[in-house]
Amino acid sequence: MAQFDIIFIGGGPAGYVGALRSAQLGLNVAVVEREGLGGTCVLWGCIPAKALLEAASIAQKVAKGKEFGVTAEKVTLDYGVAMKRSRAVSAQNSKGVEFLFKKNKITWLKGTGTLAPNKSVKFTGVDGKTETHTATKGVVIATGSRVKGLPQIGLELDKQHILSSDEALTLDKAPATMAVIGAGAVGCEFADVFNAFGSKVTLLEVMPRILPVEDEDCSVELTKAFKKRGIEIITGAKLGTVKKGKNTVTIPVEVGGEKKDMTFDLVLVAAGRAPNIENIGLKEGGVATTERGFIKINDKFETSAKGVYAIGDVAGPPMLAHKGSREGHVVADIIAGVHHHPVNYGNIPNATYCHPEVASIGLTEAQCKEKGLKYKVGKFPFSANGRARTSGETEGFVKVIRDEKFGEILGAHIIGAHATELIHEFAVARENEYTVEEIDLAIHAHPTLSEAIAEAVLDSMGKMLHA
Amino acid sequence: MSTKVLMEALSPTMEEGRLVKWLKAEGDVIKAGDVLAEVETDKAVMELVARGDGVLRKHLIPEGTTAPVSSLVGIIAGADEDISALAGGGAAPSPAANETATATASTQRTQSAQSTVSPVSAASALNAVPSDTRVTASPLARRIAGDAGLDIRNIQGSGPAGRIIKRDVEAALKTGEGRSGTGAAPAVSHVPRPTSHIPGETFRDEPLTQIRKTIARRLAESIGPIPTFYLTAEFDLSRAAELRNAAAELGDAYKVSFNDIILKAVATALTQHPEVNAHWLGDTIRYFNTVHLGMAVATDDGLIVPVIFDAQTKGMSQISAEAKGLAKKARDRKLKPEEFTGSTFSVSNLGMMQIDQFTAIINPPEAAILAIGAIEDKVVVGANGGFEVKKKLRVTMSCDHRVIDGAVGATFLQTLRRLIENPLLLVM
Repeated sequence: MAQFDIIFIGGGPAGYVGALRSAQLGLNVAVVEREGLGGTCVLWGCIPAKALLEAASIAQKVAKGKEFGVTAEKVTLDYGVAMKRSRAVSAQNSKGVEFLFKKNKITWLKGTGTLAPNKSVKFTGVDGKTETHTATKGVVIATGSRVKGLPQIGLELDKQHILSSDEALTLDKAPATMAVIGAGAVGCEFADVFNAFGSKVTLLEVMPRILPVEDEDCSVELTKAFKKRGIEIITGAKLGTVKKGKNTVTIPVEVGGEKKDMTFDLVLVAAGRAPNIENIGLKEGGVATTERGFIKINDKFETSAKGVYAIGDVAGPPMLAHKGSREGHVVADIIAGVHHHPVNYGNIPNATYCHPEVASIGLTEAQCKEKGLKYKVGKFPFSANGRARTSGETEGFVKVIRDEKFGEILGAHIIGAHATELIHEFAVARENEYTVEEIDLAIHAHPTLSEAIAEAVLDSMGKMLHA
Repeated sequence: MSTKVLMEALSPTMEEGRLVKWLKAEGDVIKAGDVLAEVETDKAVMELVARGDGVLRKHLIPEGTTAPVSSLVGIIAGADEDISALAGGGAAPSPAANETATATASTQRTQSAQSTVSPVSAASALNAVPSDTRVTASPLARRIAGDAGLDIRNIQGSGPAGRIIKRDVEAALKTGEGRSGTGAAPAVSHVPRPTSHIPGETFRDEPLTQIRKTIARRLAESIGPIPTFYLTAEFDLSRAAELRNAAAELGDAYKVSFNDIILKAVATALTQHPEVNAHWLGDTIRYFNTVHLGMAVATDDGLIVPVIFDAQTKGMSQISAEAKGLAKKARDRKLKPEEFTGSTFSVSNLGMMQIDQFTAIINPPEAAILAIGAIEDKVVVGANGGFEVKKKLRVTMSCDHRVIDGAVGATFLQTLRRLIENPLLLVM
């Protein structure tokens, strides 16, 4: 039995960042994590998926090399190799977090933990030994979430033919045909990867468009780009009960009253994540959950049990690594009793790393309409941007929505190469309450993709120069 | 993390404040927004509010001490945080410095009490930006405040390091509404200026022409920061007296003083002469289409110039009532900052003290001020060559020559004469 100031249950982006910040504030910190440090993000999400997407990007670029005067012959695509590289990148990142723990003298309790009374945690090590540790200041639950599958229509994850992203990340080779169920960020990214590695991919989405949380213009643009690359997109799809063959899966798909059975070698379920609230002693610890199964917290991340906090995916949407990390940082400040800035939930960027990339922040145009806001839209296509032409990545646009009267940046939506990097100009601007005018006044280097942001902003003021 | 408790500029013209009373003791747990102390500004006693959470670790100045704006007066920090660096820092005013500051202040007070004609102490909040206090506000907050006519410096910031952000301006707008309607308590001690009498459409800014720039420079070199000249005129108040008597006969509700009639006449004349109803802004001259009439009031603490806003739209009785109310508030030290800032033209009256005539000092950035002397009965040559007794009043207008040329000022006084000598025009 040992005593700490804070114990984090879960070493993902919420828990490990919270631990680092706590240590920085001089607290004695322990993190319970059974797998590797970094959590889903580092091991099974953000990082390995982006490594594969980079492979996909290279595959696409090589295919286009000829027009640049770079001809590669006998190009082969080997998903297994890309997968192994992505695993290596994940491991490297996880080791990086381990190093940071050592540097900050954070104790990694390798195993699982359940809540026990009075800010203590019953810990079971990977070796099976159990012991109880107590925290003087607080216990923070940061157990994250997982893909839950869709058992109601027979899409139970069997890890053979019906996979979650976890299994897709460790496949040896790309299948000949594949259905991706759910066209959110994860679905679009995997559709992109397997399409690039030669699979015939069908993207199935129950909502009327892909990337349903993004601005509709981005969905339309991405649909165009995906179709051009041969990804089949079926939106507004109603799925019937799935039949499993020996080496195939058949899904009855109904669209606009028409029904057909579609058969695939593999099905990737990229819809629905569930918070990890089981087997961590919530009930015994007196920690209440919401109707949707997340841990109930107040604006200081406190749960219904005294001294117990919750952050990250398990504490509610949006389930994004960077949202969890910020919560980890802030909960550490709160528990340490130092001044904290509340998390600005209205200014969290969204990023989807398919090709072209999609990124956004703030309100969509539909949301502005719904709220009855008076706004102006500015839009600039990358096809009119010099830098985009040099790299031959002219798909997409920058769209900015500003308040009609004061120029407040209500929302920004970028689709195109490097959109996930470009969006942060808007993140900084919005955080500081810069208006479109300040963005315009800031000189943007030429030639850069960022110039498209300046032009979109000018367009919103009716002053666009280059299109 | 620690939060410094600074002497804040609680009124637009405040340069220092006297800490009247600590309302929180050392060791008290503080939440941002808690009232820490009462501070006496140059105009009123106001609340000093905490900008951060923590424990009030130290009172750096004792009660009764005066400290300049922006100086450190206390420290809020974690219960066991090391604050030695802050507490030992030179930011706190030394006792000697305090004495000097207090001495200077009292000298200023005495001076202004003696020269009742200097309304400079109530310099307008519109343009007199104190050069040493930088207001941090987001561009969006500035725009919304500008549009609503709020002075951003009267708003409390809740962003990082006290930065004024959108929600602060919106809250200020809301409390402003709450104030006039249900009387809900404002959340902050600073009150936002009510709308209408600040920027917007009620004036036009005219860039200086070269000739005007040269005139400005040459005249300023000659006489001082404000090249002032004076125009004196004597008005016949016979008809004004008749009007006053006739009004009084209608009942108490219609009683007006000569001063009220003069104020009304000045407001009306100014609408016909916007070239006199102006602010000197250095690079531009701002001509106002509305009249916010400042009236100098002597109080025990010195001079203050409360403002009758939109005076041109108000009748004589209303002006009379407002003037009376503002003067009382001024003497009781109950004027709010927004009640003594924003005037476009001022009037100073020493007639009741039997001063025949005098020159008043311009209240910058205003372009002119009118000094009103005593009304006296004078023997004059009558229409038929005989002698008559007439009520006579001498007024002297001090004009900023950078804005107003001699003939322009004189034309204004002609209009004013016509109105005061024919007061029927004021009610037509």
